[in-house]
Amino acid sequence: MLANLTSSERQTALVLAGGVAVAGLVMAVLGRSDVLGVHGVIVMLCGGFVAWRIMSSFYAAEPTQDRSVSYYDDPIKAGIALAMAWAVFGMFMGVWVAAQLAWPDLAFDAAWSSFGRLRPTHTSGVIFGFGGNALIATSFHVVQRTSRARLAGQVSPWFVLLGYNLFCVLAISGYLMGITQSKEYAEAEWYADIWLVIVWVTYFILYIKTIARRNEPHIYVANWYFMAFIVVVAILHIVNNLALPISWGHAKSYTIWPGVQDAMVQWWYGHNAVAFFLTAGFLGMLYYYLPVRAQRPIFSYRLSILSFWGITFFYMWAGSHHLHYTALPHWVQTLGMTFSVMLLVPSWASAGNALLTLNGAWHRVRQDATLRFMMAAAVFYGLSTFEGSFMAIRPVNSLSHYTDWTVGHVHAGALGWVALITFGSLYTLVPKLWKRQGMYSDALVEVHFWLSIAGALIYVFAMWNSGIIQGLMWRTYTEDGALSYSFIDSLVAMYPYYIARAFGGLLFLIGTIIGCYNMWMTVRSAPHAAPERDAPVTPATVPGE
Amino acid sequence: MDFDHNAVVAFSKSWGLFYLMAFFVCVLVYAFWPSNRSRFDRAKHSILDRDDTPWQK
Repeated sequence: MLANLTSSERQTALVLAGGVAVAGLVMAVLGRSDVLGVHGVIVMLCGGFVAWRIMSSFYAAEPTQDRSVSYYDDPIKAGIALAMAWAVFGMFMGVWVAAQLAWPDLAFDAAWSSFGRLRPTHTSGVIFGFGGNALIATSFHVVQRTSRARLAGQVSPWFVLLGYNLFCVLAISGYLMGITQSKEYAEAEWYADIWLVIVWVTYFILYIKTIARRNEPHIYVANWYFMAFIVVVAILHIVNNLALPISWGHAKSYTIWPGVQDAMVQWWYGHNAVAFFLTAGFLGMLYYYLPVRAQRPIFSYRLSILSFWGITFFYMWAGSHHLHYTALPHWVQTLGMTFSVMLLVPSWASAGNALLTLNGAWHRVRQDATLRFMMAAAVFYGLSTFEGSFMAIRPVNSLSHYTDWTVGHVHAGALGWVALITFGSLYTLVPKLWKRQGMYSDALVEVHFWLSIAGALIYVFAMWNSGIIQGLMWRTYTEDGALSYSFIDSLVAMYPYYIARAFGGLLFLIGTIIGCYNMWMTVRSAPHAAPERDAPVTPATVPGE
Repeated sequence: MDFDHNAVVAFSKSWGLFYLMAFFVCVLVYAFWPSNRSRFDRAKHSILDRDDTPWQK
């Protein structure tokens, strides 16, 4: 992959990697025995490793390929590999923490493996590690293909990809060492947050520059979704993570937001992380890979535009539904509730648009598990957005909030929508990128599909049951007005569902591992495809004629 | 008028509605503008093109 960089690009990359290593050294010196110091050493090792890789082929021959006639796919390939590696890690951590809820002994009495530290490694691992890498990889692919132009940079895509993964490593290793900002989906501490801002702004500039050099005049709708994802995540991340470290030598920081404003900013961030990280970007995948795989244009392009603006503008206001019955002003709660209900319109417009695209190609959905992944994702997307709008209604929320129903809802979205659309997209993308005829084994794709569906359904049904039982037990009163059940009573009632949930998650994890194997074997041994672009046929000259 | 909590609430409760409605109308007009139809049709078919190389200017 380094062979495709010119020597001046190798120099730039080396300077960047060296800069990261020096920044790590500064962190290590300032932080000393604090977690910041440990993270400094990790940053130094990562920067040093990349620098060593660059130096080891620094004087290799200059690339000879003509860049104007090919897309830049190397970072995409690396992104897919990283996404699948994070998927296995994040889902394994998920199964582990789920099992800890059923069998608490699985924490093994160590601090680093306690539930509170492992849970964010699961959420960050799957959302940022798996989801984020998949989004970066697919966005690089989609923007090039739909713009008919090569990525606007040779080094910057690598900086974005590797820098982003460094952020993930800092975040997750920090949780294991016991540091956190205690903000859902924004647990990473201040220095990791600053680093992510640098990486993300580079990502944004790279994307805009690639769009700016497009050869196709119209910007295809998938790019709009990816751009909304990049822009809004930058805004959310910066505002929610405004914090003051207690000193330059400590990992600990305090947010600048006080009291209820902090709660509002956090859930404005938290719900828009769901909206723009876990929805907008993945809708970008849906609007590109689903039509490509089905070989049918999207049912209604106009509808996709309407639902794009609906989703971007409605989601911004929905976050306060996480704070029903709190100190947040009542009208702000009502505002969030109203916008959450309105969100059903653009969400179902997208889900319906995807399913109507498949109308007339159902035989293909039946035969092709890859397409079926995307079809099932659209169905789960429709169901979980309906459920979300419903749960945001204040009286419903009084039953569902703080129960496993919320967990079930999140996983209907994360397993059913995000993971399935990603697997469908990657199974479409992997053979194309590595120029293979198809996946190594269609049967294994089929197995993966059914494991995923079974795992997601077991998980979601278990959590629906346990959540509603919990909610009802907590609000059941005796005749003289006392609570009928103690908290421990409700915990005992959860036991079978926690076992079922861990089992459902395990099935999903096994499916993912099979998917990794299948992709690995595709790259290793699947037969090459004939080049897709047909050359004009020149009549053969017959000697003697 | 004081720039206090109540003023901000009154502003957002009234003008917030109009701004969203105006925005909605703009999007609707753009999506259904007759001359945009051919552009959208071309866009949705162009991704199915099997050509996998960048276009030359």
